[in-house]
Amino acid sequence: MASWGEASESRLIGKRIPRLSGRDKVTGKAKYTFDINRPGMLYGRILRSEVAHANVVGVDLSEAEALPGVKAVIQIVEVGNKIRYQGQEIAAVAAETDDIAKDAIRLIRVDLEELPHVVTEADAMAEGAPQIRDDWTGNQSNPNVREEGDLAGGFAQAAVEVEATYHAPVQTHVCLETHGNVAEWEDEQNLTVWASTQGVFGVRNDLAGSFNLPANQVRVITEHMGGGFGSKFGPGVEGRRVAELARITGRPVKLMLTRKAEHLVAGNRPSMTQHVRAGATGDGRLIAYDMKGHGTGGISSGAGFQAPYVYHVPNRRTERVNVAVNVGNQRAMRAPGHPQGAFAMDSLMDELAEKLGMNPLEFRRINDTSEVRQAQYTLGAQEIGWHRRNSVPGAGKAVKKRGMGVGSGQWGGGGGRGTQARVTINSDGTVEAVTGTQDIGTGIRTAIAIIVAEEFGLAPTDIRVTVGDSGPGLPSGGSGGSQTTASVAPVIKTAAAAAKQKLFERIAPQLNAPVGDLRVGNRTIYVVSDRTKTIKWELATGQLGMDSISEGGEWDEELRQGGVAGTQFAEVEVDTETGAVRVIKIVAVQDCGLAINRLATESQINGGVIMGLGQALLEERFMDAQTGRMLNANLEDYKVPGTFEIPEIKSIVFDTHRKVTGVGEPPCIPTPGAIANAVYNAIGVRIRELPITPDKILTALAEKKA
Amino acid sequence: MEKFSYVNATSLEQVTALLSDSGWGEVMLIAGGTDLLAELKEYVETPKTLINLKTLPGMDAIEADASGLKIGALATVADIARHPTIQQHYTVLAQAAGSVATPQIRNVGTLGGNLCQRPRCWYYRDESTHCLKKGGDICYAVDGLSKYHAILGGDPVYIVHPSDLAPALIALGASLKIVGPEGEKTMLLEEFFTLPAANPFRENVLEPNEIVVEVQVPPAKPNTKSFYLKAREKGAPDFALASVAAVFEMDGKTCKSASVVLGGVAPAPWRSTEAEAALTGKMVDDTVSKQAGADAVKDAQPLNDNAYKVTLTQNLISRAAMMATS
Repeated sequence: MASWGEASESRLIGKRIPRLSGRDKVTGKAKYTFDINRPGMLYGRILRSEVAHANVVGVDLSEAEALPGVKAVIQIVEVGNKIRYQGQEIAAVAAETDDIAKDAIRLIRVDLEELPHVVTEADAMAEGAPQIRDDWTGNQSNPNVREEGDLAGGFAQAAVEVEATYHAPVQTHVCLETHGNVAEWEDEQNLTVWASTQGVFGVRNDLAGSFNLPANQVRVITEHMGGGFGSKFGPGVEGRRVAELARITGRPVKLMLTRKAEHLVAGNRPSMTQHVRAGATGDGRLIAYDMKGHGTGGISSGAGFQAPYVYHVPNRRTERVNVAVNVGNQRAMRAPGHPQGAFAMDSLMDELAEKLGMNPLEFRRINDTSEVRQAQYTLGAQEIGWHRRNSVPGAGKAVKKRGMGVGSGQWGGGGGRGTQARVTINSDGTVEAVTGTQDIGTGIRTAIAIIVAEEFGLAPTDIRVTVGDSGPGLPSGGSGGSQTTASVAPVIKTAAAAAKQKLFERIAPQLNAPVGDLRVGNRTIYVVSDRTKTIKWELATGQLGMDSISEGGEWDEELRQGGVAGTQFAEVEVDTETGAVRVIKIVAVQDCGLAINRLATESQINGGVIMGLGQALLEERFMDAQTGRMLNANLEDYKVPGTFEIPEIKSIVFDTHRKVTGVGEPPCIPTPGAIANAVYNAIGVRIRELPITPDKILTALAEKKA
Repeated sequence: MEKFSYVNATSLEQVTALLSDSGWGEVMLIAGGTDLLAELKEYVETPKTLINLKTLPGMDAIEADASGLKIGALATVADIARHPTIQQHYTVLAQAAGSVATPQIRNVGTLGGNLCQRPRCWYYRDESTHCLKKGGDICYAVDGLSKYHAILGGDPVYIVHPSDLAPALIALGASLKIVGPEGEKTMLLEEFFTLPAANPFRENVLEPNEIVVEVQVPPAKPNTKSFYLKAREKGAPDFALASVAAVFEMDGKTCKSASVVLGGVAPAPWRSTEAEAALTGKMVDDTVSKQAGADAVKDAQPLNDNAYKVTLTQNLISRAAMMATS
C-alpha cells in the first residue's frame, strides 16, 4: 500500500520550505499574463454597457474602424439582443497601442432602448417589479425546500428560541491580476494563449471547441497567476474575443480586464439573507431549525449557502430562493456558500448559547459531532486565552472594549483523478517533473519539487518543475475546490517512485544487491543491508547515457483524503465612539492532513483569514437602484484589507493524518463568524449584517442606548 | 483619458496668462496629479492643456520662523508631515498630513492640490452619471446610497470635501495667497471654500485664471494643544468618514479659546462655531466636551445612510476636547 511514510523519515515533506518562485515574485522577474509582451503585439479593449437593462437598437463601428492604429473591431451583441447588466460586452477592438484601443471603443456608437432595471434584491422582490428573466415567472426561482425530522415536535422540546435575520452582501473576488489573455496564432491552425487562469486545460479545450481546432493545436500557458479564487475557469468572453481579434489581425493581441470590469463581470460571491428561527433544549442541544432565505447571483442563479452549518440539528426545514437582478453573474468564490452560511450559523449559536446562559464554546461542544473540531476547540481556546473572555458582553465603561468569539468550518479537498505527470531522471543527475496543473499562487510548484526531492534524496531546488503549460500534453484538472494538491501530489509521488524503481533496477546489479534493498539519501544510493555499498547519485545516473528514465504516475487514492474541519478564535477591540473594529488576533486551527510544505500551508491559512477578515469588516458591492450601476467598482470604495487591518494571525496546521488534503478554501470560512461573535462579546450589541462597519456599530450602540 | 497638450510652467505670469479666458476645464494645472490623473482617466475632466507646475522654482518651500509658517503650494504632503517645527508647534497639521492616503501619494501630492482637490462622491466620479454637480438635474445621493455623504451644509449637492489639510489649516487660522492676472491677493483659507448653495459646481472661490501659491499660518500661541482625529473604515488609504481638526488654547483644564473644524461631513471644511462656543472659557470635563459635540451637530440633516456620522462627529469632537485636558 502506498504511503507517505512516517514523519520521522521525512526529510522535506511536512517541513517549512520557502517557495521556489518566491525570489522571482518579489523581484518582479516572474512573468504573469499581464507581463507577457509578444513581438508585434496589439492591445485589445472591450466596450461594455453602462446601462443595466436595454434592447440593442443599433451598433455602429465605423468611426472606431476609421481611427488610425485600429486593426480590428468586432461586434459582440447583435441588434435585437438584450443588455441585462452593466458591464455586458458590446464590442471589442484591437489596436497598435492600448491608448488607441481605449479611444477606439469610445468611438463605437451604441443605440440602446433602455428598459426598467432591477439591481437590488429588495426591488426585485417587490410587488410589480419588472420581469428581468424570460425563463422565470417573477424574479425569484422556485424555492428549494428541504425537511428532516419533525420541526414542530422539535420546537415543542425547545427551552429557548432565537429568531433573527442574518445578511451578507455580494462580495467580488478582487483578483490582484485581473482576468485576461494574450493570444497568438502561429498559423491558421495553431493557437497559443497566455492566460490568467485556474485551469490551462479547461481554457485549451474551450478555445479548441470555440475555434473548431484539434485540442493538441491549442497551447495554453500560465506560468504565474495573480489570484482567481474560483473566478478564473475557462477563457470567458474576453478570452474567446482576444483569440478572435488575434486571428483577424494575424498578430498577437493582449486583452486584460480593467479593474472596473473585473468587479462588474468577472464573478462575485452571492449575497445571503436568512430569516431563521431555531431552538435548543435546556441541556444545550440544538433541536429545531427553520430557515427561509434568499440570495442573488446576479442575472444567473447559483446563490446557494450552507444552512444549517457544521452543527447538527435533528429537526429542520430550509427554504431557499435565488433572486435575479440586472447585475453580472456570480462565480464560485473561495468556499462557495460556506463563509456566509458559517457567519449566520455561528452568530445564531452564540445567540442561543446566551439565552441558555451557556458558554458559547460549551454549547458548540455539545452540538458538534466532529472529533477533530472538539480537539481544535481546546487548542484554539488555549491559544487565544478564552478564559480572559468577557463573561458579560459589553460590560464596563471603557471606550475601547475587547471581546472574543469563535467560529467553525468544514470542507472537502480530497482531490480527484485526471492528472497526468512525468518525472524524468537525466543522465547528468538532473530531474524534471512535468504536469499540466497550474500554480495559482498556492505553491504547487514547490510542493511537486518537495515530493520528488524527498523521493530522490535531493534538494527541492534540484528539481525542475514545469506546470501551467498544456504544451507537454500532460493534462490536469482546474485548480478549484481546494483539490490541486490532493489531485497532483499522489500522481507525482507515484511517478517519482516509479522512476526511482527504474533507476534502482539499473544500479542493483553493480551494487550486487537486490533492488528492494536499495535506498537513496543525501545524493547517494546505498544498500540498506550493507551500508558500505554505495554509489553517488550522479555516478549512478551517468550510466543512463541517452537512455534517461521517464515515468508517469497514477492517482493513488491511499495517498489522499477528503474532509477537513477548522475552527477560528478572534479577539477584537471595538472603539465605541468611532465604531471602528480592530482585530487583535486570530487563532486559526486548520485540519489539513499531511502538509507537504508546512510554510505554504501556514501561508494559505493566513491568506484565508485575511480574506475572511475583509468579508467580516470591509467588503460590500454597492448597487445604485437609480442608475443601475455599481458605485464602487474600484479599490477606493470597494475596500479590502490592507496592512493596517492585518492582525496577529496564529495559523495552526492541525495534522490529523498523513494523507494529502487541500486547504485552499477552508481557512476563510470561520473568520467572519468568529469576528462577529467577538464584536458582540465586546460591545453587547449584535451586528447581524456583514460587513461590520462603523456605521452599523454606531447605529446599533445608539439604538441600545435609546 | 482624452489627449491634451502639456506645458511646463516657467513663471506665475505665464501660468495665469495661459489660464486666462479659458473658463473651467480647458486648461488645468497639474502638480502631484494624484487627484487629477484619476479624473482624467475616468473622463470626469477632459482638459485640452495641462500646465505642469512642478517646474516652477521655489514654490515648494516651507519657512518657519517667529512670524509663523509659510508653505509653498508645491510643498508635498509628506514634506508637511515630517517638518520638525510643524510636528512640534502645529501638531494638528502634521497629524492631518500624516493621515493622508499612503506614503506614495503623500510623497507626490502637494498642498495646493490637496486644498483644491475635487470630491470623491461615487456619483460625481462616474462618467455616465450626469449629476447636479456636473450640470445635471439631481444629486443622486439624496435618494441613493449616501453612506459617505454630507450631513451638514449639503443642500443641494451632498458631496463632502475630502481634504485633511484644509480643516487643520483653517483651525490654525491660515490664509491663502492666490495669484491671478491682476496680481496677488491674500484671503483667509476659511473664506476660500464655499458651499453648494452658493455654487454647486465648485468647492471654492478660485477663479479659472487664478492659482493658489502659498499658505500662511500665524504663529502658534503658547499653551496650545492641537489634534487631528480622523475616523475611517480602513487604516490606509481611506478618506475620512468624519474628521475633527481642533486647536485649543488651554490654561490647565480651562479652554481659553477653541478652534474646531470638521472634515468629511460637509461640502466644505466645516467650522463649528457651536462647538467652539461650548468650550471657550469652560473648564473642560466630560459634560462640557459632550455638550460641545452635541452642539456641533444640532443642525445636521443626515440622508438615508449617514445618520451615523452625526454620532461619530459628536464623539470625535468630545474626544478631542478631552484630549486637551490631559
